[in-house]
Amino acid sequence: MRTKNYIKIKNLSKSFGDVEVLKNINLEVEEGEFFSLLGPSGCGKTTLLRILAGFEYPSEGEVFFDDANVTSLPPNLRPSNMVFQNYAIFPHINVQRNIEFGLRKENLSKAEMGERVENALKMVQLEGYENRYSNQLSGGQRQRIALARALVKQPKVLLLDEPLGALDKKLREEMQIELRNLQKSLGITFIFVTHDQEEAMTMSDRIAVMDEGNILQVSPPREIYHNPKNKFVSQFIGNINILDADLKSIANDIISISVDGFGLMQLKNHQNIIESDQVNIAIRPEEINISKVSDSKYDCNFKGKVKNISFYGESTYFYIQLDNSEKILMVSTNESKETFSENDNCFVNFNSTNLKIIKD
Amino acid sequence: MYNKNNTLFIYCVFYFAFLYIPVLLLPIFSFNDSFHMVFPLKGFTFDWYIQMWNKSRLHQALFNSIKVGIIASVVSTFIALFAAKAFTRYKVKFHGLSYGAILLPFIIPEIIIAVALIVIWTSMGLKLGLIPVTISHILFCTPFCMLILISRMEGFDKSLEEASMDLGENSFWTFWRVTFPLLLPGIIASLLLAFVISFDEFILAFFLSSSDQTLPIYMWSQLRFPKKFPHILALGAIIIIVTSLIVMTAYWLRNLGQGKKKDFSIGI
Repeated sequence: MRTKNYIKIKNLSKSFGDVEVLKNINLEVEEGEFFSLLGPSGCGKTTLLRILAGFEYPSEGEVFFDDANVTSLPPNLRPSNMVFQNYAIFPHINVQRNIEFGLRKENLSKAEMGERVENALKMVQLEGYENRYSNQLSGGQRQRIALARALVKQPKVLLLDEPLGALDKKLREEMQIELRNLQKSLGITFIFVTHDQEEAMTMSDRIAVMDEGNILQVSPPREIYHNPKNKFVSQFIGNINILDADLKSIANDIISISVDGFGLMQLKNHQNIIESDQVNIAIRPEEINISKVSDSKYDCNFKGKVKNISFYGESTYFYIQLDNSEKILMVSTNESKETFSENDNCFVNFNSTNLKIIKD
Repeated sequence: MYNKNNTLFIYCVFYFAFLYIPVLLLPIFSFNDSFHMVFPLKGFTFDWYIQMWNKSRLHQALFNSIKVGIIASVVSTFIALFAAKAFTRYKVKFHGLSYGAILLPFIIPEIIIAVALIVIWTSMGLKLGLIPVTISHILFCTPFCMLILISRMEGFDKSLEEASMDLGENSFWTFWRVTFPLLLPGIIASLLLAFVISFDEFILAFFLSSSDQTLPIYMWSQLRFPKKFPHILALGAIIIIVTSLIVMTAYWLRNLGQGKKKDFSIGI
């Protein structure tokens, strides 16, 4: 299926005084896509969202919605609506009138208006809350009302600024699934800002990882997880072991590389690495196995000692000191056949195909 | 464990006595059947109230004061509203300097303002009267109104206005649908405070009013005649009751239409 790019951001930069918070951003988001902007606080993700909403104007560059240049359009003339981080429910009017707020110009009859509000409330599962005020709602309910108030306008794009940040863990996980289902059934483009990598991973079609005003990688969650483009992305998404490495030579797409703790290895060049690149070797904890004796199923076996064990319920993390390195390796298993305790000798085993070469 | 602290309790009793006993003497003596404000009380009478009711100059002074008070409070609240919006929502050039300049009438002694205004007004060849009094009261009340409205403006979340813009309203409608209703308790507080300040303001009115007396000037002028003194007590008693009613109304208005939210303080 070919879908068109609904949002286009071209060469966009934004400075506040001397501080450049966004640096030459280029981004395209497809129609009906659940797109997340992920990054640590201060990375520019919220500023980018506010530029899309029209609350900030870029210092340079342009924004297009459906091929129309909206760069200098104020928020009230844009086909986008926003769910604010603190929900911004008007405290002086009740839920019904909050949801009606954006419909004033549509000249609806009382019956039509009532129907729209009712449907919006049904969508967020808060029927019967019409007469409540903001201070009579819980955090989760406010969040749903904010969502209903934005969606009743039938926007082309819904902008969400860390909307789940203030909710507790269980409610947040419920809302993640609910938001995702809502987005699928409505087919609206969602731009979702978050600093929580799990949240971005579970909900998004694609994620843009941002740091210091730059977009480092734009990919679907699996791609980002398994093929992070650089060290920052790999460390920001999930747990990963990063090992120092020294690139020796590249010949016929085979890289010879000396890895801390693993020695000299031959790896396939998937990422067009050139000899002058500074690289690290990375491997996810779940891609490593732990055993009492070396296991010939894997082409890499290294001796080590269990330093610490952390039990998380669905998985157990072992922190293993490699014999021939300072490095402590993270290994996770959902269930180990063999039992280990701290200070036991062990072997870590993995296939060299799971090793990722990552640029600095 | 809760420790009952008698010393603090006694302190509170003295404090409230200090605050309110002098004020309470006014209504008590206003019913006393004597020209002199001394104990013991002689007898009960409504005479002073009846006497007060029949003073046409008092009626005129009261009417003047209300007129000046209403105009001064509305105009200064209006000016303060725009100033508060500018100071809290936009980047104002020379922020500190202009903020200080607007609040300056706080610090300048009233008598200096009065003298300055009388010089300007008369040198322009204009007649003294209620107009310069009203102007001076606007000047004097605006900083108070501004402080109330700025704190109110700072107290509410900017994203509410953004949400309104986002939902399709321009800045004019955003002001009327979101900013104004949320500021309303502050606006009412500002109007009431400015009215009360103007209503009992003496120095500016004394210099600028000429023959158009406001109520404080009338009261002061009557104090020279001992026989006219008791009806001033009656007037004072009524003013105390009316002012209390105004404040209670403001409190009641403040809770109206806010759901059950308690954190909307009126800020007087």
